[in-house]
This record gives sequence, C-alpha cells and structure tokens, in this order.
Amino acid sequence: MHKWILIWALAALLGACSSPIKLNEVDVEDKSGQAAAAAAASGGMKSVAPAMASGTADKKSSVAGLDMTKDGKGGSSSASGKSAGSAGSAGSAGSAGSGSISVGAAMGAGTSGGAGNTVKALGATDAGRTIYFGFDSFVVRPEYKSILEESARAAKAGKIQRIVIEGHTDERGGREYNLALGQKRADAVRNELSLLGVDDSKIESVSFGKEKPAEIGEGESAMEKNRRAEIVIR
Amino acid sequence: MGLWRLKDGDNKGMKKFFLAMMAALIGANASAQFRVEVSGAGLTQFPIAVTPFKGNDGMTQRMANIVLADLERSGQFRSVDAGGIPMDENVRPEWPVWRKQGADALVTGSISRVGEDRYEVRFRLWDAVRNQDLGGLSQVAPASELRHVAHRVSDWVYEKLTGEKGVFSTRIAYVTKSASLFNLWVADSDGEGAQSALSSAEPIISPAWAPNGNQLAYVSFESRKPVVYVHEIDTGKRRLVSNFKGSNSAPAWSPDGKTLALTLSREGGSQLFLLDANASGQDPKRLATSTSIDTEPVFTSDGQTIYFVSDRGGSPQIYKIPVSGGNAQLVTGSGNYNISPSVSPDGRWLAYISRVAGAYKLYLQDLSSGQAQALTDTVADESPSFAPNGRMIIYATQQQGRETLMSITVDGRVKARLAGRIGDLREPAWGPSVSP
Repeated sequence: MHKWILIWALAALLGACSSPIKLNEVDVEDKSGQAAAAAAASGGMKSVAPAMASGTADKKSSVAGLDMTKDGKGGSSSASGKSAGSAGSAGSAGSAGSGSISVGAAMGAGTSGGAGNTVKALGATDAGRTIYFGFDSFVVRPEYKSILEESARAAKAGKIQRIVIEGHTDERGGREYNLALGQKRADAVRNELSLLGVDDSKIESVSFGKEKPAEIGEGESAMEKNRRAEIVIR
Repeated sequence: MGLWRLKDGDNKGMKKFFLAMMAALIGANASAQFRVEVSGAGLTQFPIAVTPFKGNDGMTQRMANIVLADLERSGQFRSVDAGGIPMDENVRPEWPVWRKQGADALVTGSISRVGEDRYEVRFRLWDAVRNQDLGGLSQVAPASELRHVAHRVSDWVYEKLTGEKGVFSTRIAYVTKSASLFNLWVADSDGEGAQSALSSAEPIISPAWAPNGNQLAYVSFESRKPVVYVHEIDTGKRRLVSNFKGSNSAPAWSPDGKTLALTLSREGGSQLFLLDANASGQDPKRLATSTSIDTEPVFTSDGQTIYFVSDRGGSPQIYKIPVSGGNAQLVTGSGNYNISPSVSPDGRWLAYISRVAGAYKLYLQDLSSGQAQALTDTVADESPSFAPNGRMIIYATQQQGRETLMSITVDGRVKARLAGRIGDLREPAWGPSVSP
C-alpha cells in the first residue's frame, strides 16, 4: 500500500519537473511584476514591501465571507471536540468555528486573496513614498525633502483627495508600544506636510507598529528597512 | 482487559494479581505527555494520582491526562503515576498501594454513555493520608464538551485541596499567524479546543476579555489602519467601537464591563481615552493629557485605577492614574523599558515586560514593596495576562524561533508551554472566571 503511494507521489513529482520551462516563465513574470511595483513605489530608493504598496480603503467591503453558523451547542462553553490534532487545517481561511468571521483583506499585492475575499490592488503609481528613520528616531531627515514636497504639491493642486501616512517600527519590543512609536513617526511626517501647506483634514496618520515589516529578518539591514513611514496617496 | 471488571470483585486472589499488575505498570507509564517545566529546588507540591477514568478507553479525550496536566500546570501539584489501570469512583482505593506510591490524594472516575451523544462523567477525590472519601461530582455532557468537563473536575479538585478557586475551566484568547493569515482563537485554558473567532489577512492584536466572558475587544488592521472591535463569542457578531481618525488601539475593559479604556491618536500622539463600551457614535472622554506616548491602559479590579505605559519620563515606564483623571504616579522602579502591564485581580502584583540588556523578560513587581524580579530566562517575552485567581500568568515568548504561549506560576517556579494551533502563537489574554 505504502509502496503504491510512494510510486504515485514520485510520478507526480517527476511530472511536475518535466515542465520546467512553463513553471519558470510564470515565476519570472511574477517577480518582474513585483519588482516594477516596488521600484515605482520607492522612486528608486530602497525597496518597499509590495504588500504595502497596494490595498483598498473601503472598510466595509473588506469584510467578506461571513460564516456565522453556530455549532448548535447553545450557550455552552468553548470546549469542543476539535483538538490540536486538527491543527493542520489552521492555515485555511474561515475554518468553521462557532461564530467565526473571515475577513478578506486588502493589502496583499499580487496575491488575489482567497475565495470570496475582495482584494483591490491599487496601481503601482499610487503607491507610497517611503521615509526611513534611524534607531529610536522620529525625525524626518532632510534627504526626504523632495518626497515631501512632491506629495504636498500634488495635494495642494487638488489632484488627490487624501494622504495617509503609515508609520512602522522594527520588530524589537512590545506590539502596542511599537504601535505608539510608529504613530510618532507617522505624526512627524504629517507635521512636515502641514508645514508645507497641506490641509490637515486631508492627512491621516496611522500606525502599523511592528505588524507589517517591509523585510522579514533580524539583521540590522532588515530593521533599517522596517523603521519607516509610507506616504500613501488615495 | 477482564481485570478491569474487578472493581466490584471480592476475589482476593484476583485482587492481589490486580495490585501486582498495577505496581508493574507504575513507572512504566511515565507522564511524558506533559510539557511542564519545574525549576528551583525546595518546591513543595502536593503529590496526587489520577487514575484513568473507567470507560474512557478508546475516546479522544483522556480525562485523567487533562486533569493531571491542569493540576501540574498550576505548580501546586506533583503527578504521581497511577499505573494506567482505570478505577471508577466507587472502588475504594487500596490505601497501602497509593501511600507506597507517594500519593497524598487520588482521583478516580468513570464515563458512561447515557444517550445519543450524552456522556455522564463521575469522579471522586480520595484522601490517601487519612483514608477518606472527599466527595465528588457527576456531570452529563456531549462528547464535544468532555474536555471542558475535565477542566471542571480539575477546578473542583484544586479548590478542595488548596481552598482557592481553580481557573482550569476558564478560556483564553490568542492570535496565530500562519503563512499570511491571522486568526483570533478562543480556547480552553490549556490552549486546547481552540475555535476561530476571526480570520483575517491583516494583523489582529491586543485581544481583551469583557468581564462577562463572552466578548472580546481587539485591534484589527483589516481596514488598513488599527481600529477596535467588540466581538461576541457565542454569536460571532461584532461591532466597530472605535474608528476615529488616526490609530485606535490597546482596548481594556472596566470591571463592570461598561467602559473601554483605549489609546487614540485622533488629537495627535498616542493618548488615553475612555469610551462607553455599549453605545456607539459617542465622543470618547480623555483620561490623561501628555505630550508623550501614553498607551496600554489596564483597569485594577476595583475599577478605580488605571495602570498604563508612558514615556513621559524619557523612557517607557508603567504609571498609574485614578480613573477619574488626575496625577499619574510612576510605578516601575528600575530599567529603561517597562511595558505591557497586567495587574493581579487582588491588586498585589504587577506583571510586565522589561528590557534588560536587549532581552525582553517577564517581570513581576510586588506592588506593596515595589520589589521586582524577572520570572523567566527567555529573551523575547510579550503580553503577560493574569489568571483570574492571580496564581498564574500566561504570556508569549519565542522558542526555537517560533512564537509560543507559556503559563507560569507567580513564583516563577513552574512553567508550561500551552498547546495550540500551528504557526506563531501570540497575544494571549486570560478570560474571566464565569459561574456555570
């Protein structure tokens, strides 16, 4: 029995290998697409996580695929027959728990989301300009002046409705405290834009703390790329 | 197998054989299934044996294992091997065997099917020092709730032997990150039996239990900014309670469940506000005003004081402030990075995370003396949350590069890694004790 499964698996593997050209093409296409998006997003600066370079702003429509089926154990506790043994399914969206909600969101550029989840990717040209910060720093360095001025010009010319500044931190420290630190970075950029004459009501500064790193990793170079504020024009 | 029927038997020879068998099995069946770590010498723990429940064989949930793991995790009990032979609640134990084994107490029990997906669980606690029956309980439940029943058995035994309320039948919430998917889970206090409350492609952080035990407030990034929801667990319905301009985060419930304290950046910076938890479209009330970061509010159990984190003194420290506002008072004494406060329900202890030489450790401060000490030797601890009886703390840490959940006793002596879903486990919050 096992032998047959093995043979079948081997055959499947070989089958997959026998079409390397096709697989390769898909791969390259994906990569170049992302690279283009990232390059456009950062304006030739350090690369921006493609994940942050897109997304939808529509709060309401981002909730999709509600599964509110109760499992009929009226009012009783959480104790359930499901044990950790079924952990293998944890990766699937909307695993049927009682009162479980699936939120299809919004920020995975390139990936088209799960079934029923609306992912609306913004065009690469709308993507954020990124300002990087030093360790424990919340000061916008002079080198970012041109990015700020360009954004301010666009806002004042009425070409854009809204600017959202998204602050981020590196991975060290607590989640909530980092959220506050990221907010401090976003607020710093917001102040700069205000000084350049952008109407305050057009700017919203928010924070992702350490939750959305541009680059995964513990090295200093990853952390440098994560201490940032992204200017997203909507 | 026939041996098990000896429970009612009076055949002396067979009984001796039974005892011999049991003695042989004892020791062979080491309790390797528990992930409990005990550190430090001189720890006095109550030795207890839990036999397999009769009729439990072949079922998914092993009552004895669940009860024993609960009791061990509490740090106050030491498991004595019961030898693997089921004993029901009506068999009077052979006292000499148990004493020889070193058990001061013994739990025996049974499960019987009493209807379509209905099981009756019975158990009895025995005092093996005084040779006494300490009583027991019986409860009928569907198969899906047998784990919960086992936790109730643990609670009953714990309370009988320690005089304090057990917390094993409470629930915890935590978040997993697996591939690019975030899930908010509600699980038993041992991490098992998790049910997904929310599944999202965007991060979820800071779940906080309402005192009624049926609602969670949390921060979700699904709308491309942090906003706060209140989520009803039984129905799965949720309400967006805080979506003000800027960031909305760090929700905490008042003990009466009427008020949420949270951090808003609507007026610039991260500042503390109070919000009616049940109304919508209201104006949040500012709790404190500073030009620095104020965040991570938590209420004391009398509802009078809020502990929070602020960097007003130059580095993040924990302060307290009357819920009516007023002057903030510094609580943490040493270190230049102290965050994520959790106050024990009796107001005696403050658990928090302190960064010392680049390592983030769980600390415990005695609030009357101000003395603080590290409870762990790990380097990436996060998010402590007290059990409702104040005896244990649940927190997140990293082991072998993965985020995991741990429980630890307040004396730091007994630690256990909680079971859970695959992926990175984080943001634990221990739910309240709710009367059945």
